[in-house]
Amino acid sequence: MARHRGRGMASINYPIGMNLGGDPSQALVHSNPSGKFTVSLSSIDLGQGMKSVTRQICAETLGVPVEDVYVDTADSDTGPHCMGSFASRGTHRVGNAVMAAAREARGVMMEAAAEELEVNAADLDTDGRGNIHVKGAPHRSISTKDVAVAAQFKQGKTISGRGIFLVPLSAVDPETGEMSPATCYAHACLVAEVEVDDETGEVAMVRMDSAYELGRALNPRLVEQQLVGGAWMGISHALFETTEPYYPDPGHGPRDFVDYLMPGPGDICPHDIAVLERPAADGPFGAKGPGEMCANPVLPAVANAIFNAVGVRIDELPITPEKVLRAIRAQGGARPQARR
Amino acid sequence: MAKTALQFRHNSRDVAVFVDGGANLLTTLRELVGDMTPKFGCGQGGCGACTVLIDGDAHLACLTLAETVAGRAVETLDGLKDGPNLHPLQRAFMEHFAAQCGYCTPGMLMAAKALLDRNPSPTRDEVVNAIAGNICRCTGYEPIIDAVLAAASGGMRGLHGPEHVPSPHMSPRTF
Ligand code: FES
Ligand code: FES
Repeated sequence: MARHRGRGMASINYPIGMNLGGDPSQALVHSNPSGKFTVSLSSIDLGQGMKSVTRQICAETLGVPVEDVYVDTADSDTGPHCMGSFASRGTHRVGNAVMAAAREARGVMMEAAAEELEVNAADLDTDGRGNIHVKGAPHRSISTKDVAVAAQFKQGKTISGRGIFLVPLSAVDPETGEMSPATCYAHACLVAEVEVDDETGEVAMVRMDSAYELGRALNPRLVEQQLVGGAWMGISHALFETTEPYYPDPGHGPRDFVDYLMPGPGDICPHDIAVLERPAADGPFGAKGPGEMCANPVLPAVANAIFNAVGVRIDELPITPEKVLRAIRAQGGARPQARR
Repeated sequence: MAKTALQFRHNSRDVAVFVDGGANLLTTLRELVGDMTPKFGCGQGGCGACTVLIDGDAHLACLTLAETVAGRAVETLDGLKDGPNLHPLQRAFMEHFAAQCGYCTPGMLMAAKALLDRNPSPTRDEVVNAIAGNICRCTGYEPIIDAVLAAASGGMRGLHGPEHVPSPHMSPRTF
């Protein structure tokens, strides 16, 4: 009876978002008379940071400080339509919609500023600190707040913008059936090292090393947070989580969360992550999305590592101690493969 | 059902409520005291979201009979900050991005506080052990462990400790 180390790897090619119905999301941006902006979305921030990222995108596009933008999310009764937070689509789809809305709002803001400064709007620029000035003449400037007040109370204009992102329909090639279901793809490669106990069938994570290519990381700390947390979910799907732990007898299924296993703080392992940034041509500021795809490579990598450690190929998730043990018994003992 | 009068210390003040026989501390805090910081995750001891301190020890409020805290000190996340000043643990959680959805955060903070009050410079293993009963769905734990270690090495100094002397053992009234 022994513990066997094994190493496995997996690479993934992840289409951002989905294609069904063009996978649209809408955004609305408007300024308040205080010169602050509100982004209205029905998209949901589950903690992954979509509010922060859409706030950055809006501020950058408008040319105002990020503090001047407020993102209001997730009232699907009253907000503009969104398909939802899934498939790593938030940054890409919603971000693009916010960018379009902010561009339109910026156009109105510049027109209103031009009227106040008595110049042509094309000659104006923002300084990113809350002012609009004549290009090459920074002293001829007006604050975004004063522009907002003038638009509201003098010019009778709404500084606002509408945005939507819709994936263009991809035609099917009649000869080959080929089409392009996604507009951009993220990529990842992950190496997992595990230790398998051939007496208990238990699999312990030893370490993970990964590289993710996900377009431009608009908020690197949030990207890292997603990748670390997502890899945990990958471990959870690979080794723990199921609604049918005692399959095939559903009568013994879990009735509550106590039977629904997830890794605790003691079940994680060191994880070294490299982020590669290759801006996507159609992403907001080149972003793709790290959301869901960060859990995916862990599962095949762990399954491969288990095969490398004891020579059993488990193709049903989660890979529980029982399945590992039965498979080891069936082949008459652990058969460690060549060390990779 | 007959109600029982129950008095205890809730963070910095004394509270008195009437509880049903068999009521648990989590429901009592949330519904009668109005403190929504202890979270209901599973209601059966599996997740740690409801962690509070009773006389300095971490307990699962959902498995604690309310009547057993009579005359004792219950600390919740609601009492962690000092007026407008966040507790060093809260600051460290922010700096280390230790919360995503935030549902586990109140329990994590209280479990960590119980540890640091008693052991101001824990090892990584001791931190893992202290939060071992707390499930987090989002962060992968790594940022939480880092935050607790950072609060331990920097921030906890100069902070008022709890009013009582924490006992080194588990409270005998562990449910
Ligand atoms: S609610 Fe108390 S442990 Fe889950
Ligand atoms: S932050 Fe979501 S459960 Fe911990």
